Amino acid sequence: MHISVQADDFNIADEINALSKDRTDIGAIATFTGLVRDIHGEKAIKSMTLEHFPAMAEQELEKIGNDAINRWPIEGLTIIHRYGKLLPGDQIVLVITTSHHREAAFNAAQFIMDWLKTDAPFWKKEETDEGTHWVAAKSDDNDKKDRWK
Amino acid sequence: MNILYFALIRENIGHFSETIDLPNDINNVNGLINYLEQKGDNYKAAFAQSDLIRVAINQEYVNLDHPISNNDEIAFFPPMTGG
Repeated sequence: MHISVQADDFNIADEINALSKDRTDIGAIATFTGLVRDIHGEKAIKSMTLEHFPAMAEQELEKIGNDAINRWPIEGLTIIHRYGKLLPGDQIVLVITTSHHREAAFNAAQFIMDWLKTDAPFWKKEETDEGTHWVAAKSDDNDKKDRWK
Repeated sequence: MNILYFALIRENIGHFSETIDLPNDINNVNGLINYLEQKGDNYKAAFAQSDLIRVAINQEYVNLDHPISNNDEIAFFPPMTGG
């Protein structure tokens, strides 16, 4: 399992290659990439700043990753989450799961994202023409997480 | 004890961390919140909505009725919005 909390951008192809090189038993690679959008509701977004709890962030991502590994036959797993100031179009988060078959890879990637949304200690602040505001947590994110129980 | 604040709670209070001597009669998170609220309107604003307060003690998520001691590190923050 590769977990990273970083300010720097990541390269999806490099990260996939790190999990798949020299492997001939992997039949499925699922990736999810979260990006900064330029609009939220009706408001144009100029930038997004992600704050995090450094002492906890990697540890919580590792817990979520371990939960996925215990649940599905995952061969490899990468979770990268960025922090700091990002612009529309920038990459925020990457999840890659590899498995012998697609179902485990798809499910594990979705499970990780659903739990990450409510349990990884990151907070988004958006900048618009009117100023900055903290993004409110969505109650349906809890519902999405709960469907895995 | 060391107290950390993140995101909106940090902004309302006006600083990222502080160290206090935990009074002997305070034994859980709710008690600490009530104590901190006496320190000023900035704390009252930060803790105004208890359903929007999340807590970690020594980097583990806990509920508001969780016991605390002077050796703990406690962090207060709003619901998470990563991903």
